[in-house]
Amino acid sequence: MYQYNSFDRDFLAERNAQFRAQVERRIDGSLTEDEFKPLRLMNGLYLQLHAYMLRVAIPYGTLNGEQMDTLAMIADKWDKGYGHFTTRQNIQYNWPELRDVPDMLDALGEVGMHAIQTSGNTIRNVTSDHFAGAAADEIEDPRPTAELLRQWSTDHPEFQFLPRKFKIAVTGSPNDRAVTKAHDIGLRMVRNDAGEPGYEVIVGGGLGRTPMIGKVLRDFLPKADLLPYAEAIVSVYNLLGRRDNKYKARIKITVHENGIDTIRDLVEQRFELLRPQFGGVDQEMLKNIEAQFTAPDFLTSSVAPFKDAYHHDPVFRSWVDTNIEKHRNDDYAIVSISIKKQGQTPGDATSEQMRVMAEIAREFAHNELRISHEQNVILPHVHKSHLPEIHARLKAVELATANIGLISDIIACPGMDYCALATARSIPVAQQIATRFDELKLEHDIGELKIKISGCINACGHHHVGHIGILGLDRAGVENYQITLGGDHTETAEVGQRAGPGFAYDEIVPAIERIIDTYLDLRTDADEPFITAYRRLGMAPFKAALYPEVKADAA
Amino acid sequence: MSKPFTPKVVTANALLEGDVIYLTKDDQWSRSLKDAEVIEDEAHGDLRVLFGQSQRNDVVGVYLIDVTVTENGPEPTHFREEFRTKGPSNYNHGKQAELA
Repeated sequence: MYQYNSFDRDFLAERNAQFRAQVERRIDGSLTEDEFKPLRLMNGLYLQLHAYMLRVAIPYGTLNGEQMDTLAMIADKWDKGYGHFTTRQNIQYNWPELRDVPDMLDALGEVGMHAIQTSGNTIRNVTSDHFAGAAADEIEDPRPTAELLRQWSTDHPEFQFLPRKFKIAVTGSPNDRAVTKAHDIGLRMVRNDAGEPGYEVIVGGGLGRTPMIGKVLRDFLPKADLLPYAEAIVSVYNLLGRRDNKYKARIKITVHENGIDTIRDLVEQRFELLRPQFGGVDQEMLKNIEAQFTAPDFLTSSVAPFKDAYHHDPVFRSWVDTNIEKHRNDDYAIVSISIKKQGQTPGDATSEQMRVMAEIAREFAHNELRISHEQNVILPHVHKSHLPEIHARLKAVELATANIGLISDIIACPGMDYCALATARSIPVAQQIATRFDELKLEHDIGELKIKISGCINACGHHHVGHIGILGLDRAGVENYQITLGGDHTETAEVGQRAGPGFAYDEIVPAIERIIDTYLDLRTDADEPFITAYRRLGMAPFKAALYPEVKADAA
Repeated sequence: MSKPFTPKVVTANALLEGDVIYLTKDDQWSRSLKDAEVIEDEAHGDLRVLFGQSQRNDVVGVYLIDVTVTENGPEPTHFREEFRTKGPSNYNHGKQAELA
């Protein structure tokens, strides 16, 4: 993976020193809050309901054992012994004190991490496929591209005050695990007729109060043109995007109001101007970056210990069947570590758990870890012979839950338990759904199902693209939860449809249960997943189950 | 006719810790809502907010919240403010742990 060079280290050290001075000037009264707020936000520091929150970027979700150890150390030293992994491959600390934040940033800088542009109207952390470099279906590892974008966008002088925040996601596989169609720019690696790799460029996707699926701006962009083309898109948006209304300021609205063809013409014009200015330096940088993303030295030992354990240990077998994904090397596996044990907070890991994962990564997984947008941790390269030992170690710290892709593998934003913007809680709803279906022992029978919960209209919990989406709102001073059905976060992305009126806090879990009962009753067989059944059946039977009184009235 | 004024309390977050705080009658900031000054009059409320905002080196984000007065002191009417008096519901952190 990418190692910081002296330029990166110096830049970060200088930036952290600047922020340290800004914090001191805030504390001694030289800066007002109005002056300080944009400065702290540029460095990832929010003020939430109960405390400050520091959001640290994990670029394209990739980190090594030392970095994970540092995240654990920070959690112990300056927070409450845990961290929260988010849908944008960041980690959030919920309890830092203002005076400590410069020290936290310095500690991150020591291991090549930062919190720059994790807030504000800038280009945010570039996210990617959490199986990058390991997936069997991959055309090319998307992370060198993501790192190039990170370097280009970090402190880019033209793009520090965009109309609104700007999010980029990259995937190297035709199967989209990075939700590219719900990003301001989504890049999907494809091949042209000559077999060369390039990008399908998608623009104007986004969730929030106006959910939109991104539109294709270019169906094939040669790899070498990426930076000038991305710069063209962002600069067209920077001029054209609305600054008069916060709710109409994202590029999805710019595309919607001006039309994709107008945007395309403007971007192409700007691109023609910009392309010669890059002069190949970006391609040299990319080459250097690519050289640091070489595949690990794969082991060639026997996988017999794995087969033996799989045969004899049913708990291990269940974990393998649920949490292991096919690696491009047949002797290897991609391990998804669930940080969503039923009843726990989705996306939270304790410092002890982080250290165990770091140690496993160093000993058995070529020192690589990933954070998924689904708020789990991935070991991308594991020789199958090591799986039994890894499982045992994970089990010892409650990290061996076999629920990846199942009903308790819920995405949930922090909601009103932490977030100043939230209109309702999400975490307890996720905890209760997961606990309920675990008690019913239905989880594996239900099979693949994506529940996604947001505690406000901003949709950090991706509820629009959940098979079942839950949106928490404040209705006349009471928490109320709207259900959407049929959302899809993959390459066939779709926004879910609202089922009808919302449910009170104590009604939402029974409502989800009625949806699941309906699905179990009506599916053709156990092999028909929820989303397939929903597409076949439509909303009607689920609506009837959700609102039985309406049906009774109509009868 | 304007709506009748309902009892209020001035709240903010402490600059250094970020913790939720409430303005008391004697111009102090308390971590506990119990200690807060209950404001019964709109004009007085405006003045207290202005006073709170003037404390700009100690506090951030000053605003008024609605409360009802009970025998245990003021209690928030809205659930958001109730969470702010306690802390998150997923862990025993924040005020519920510190003030217990």
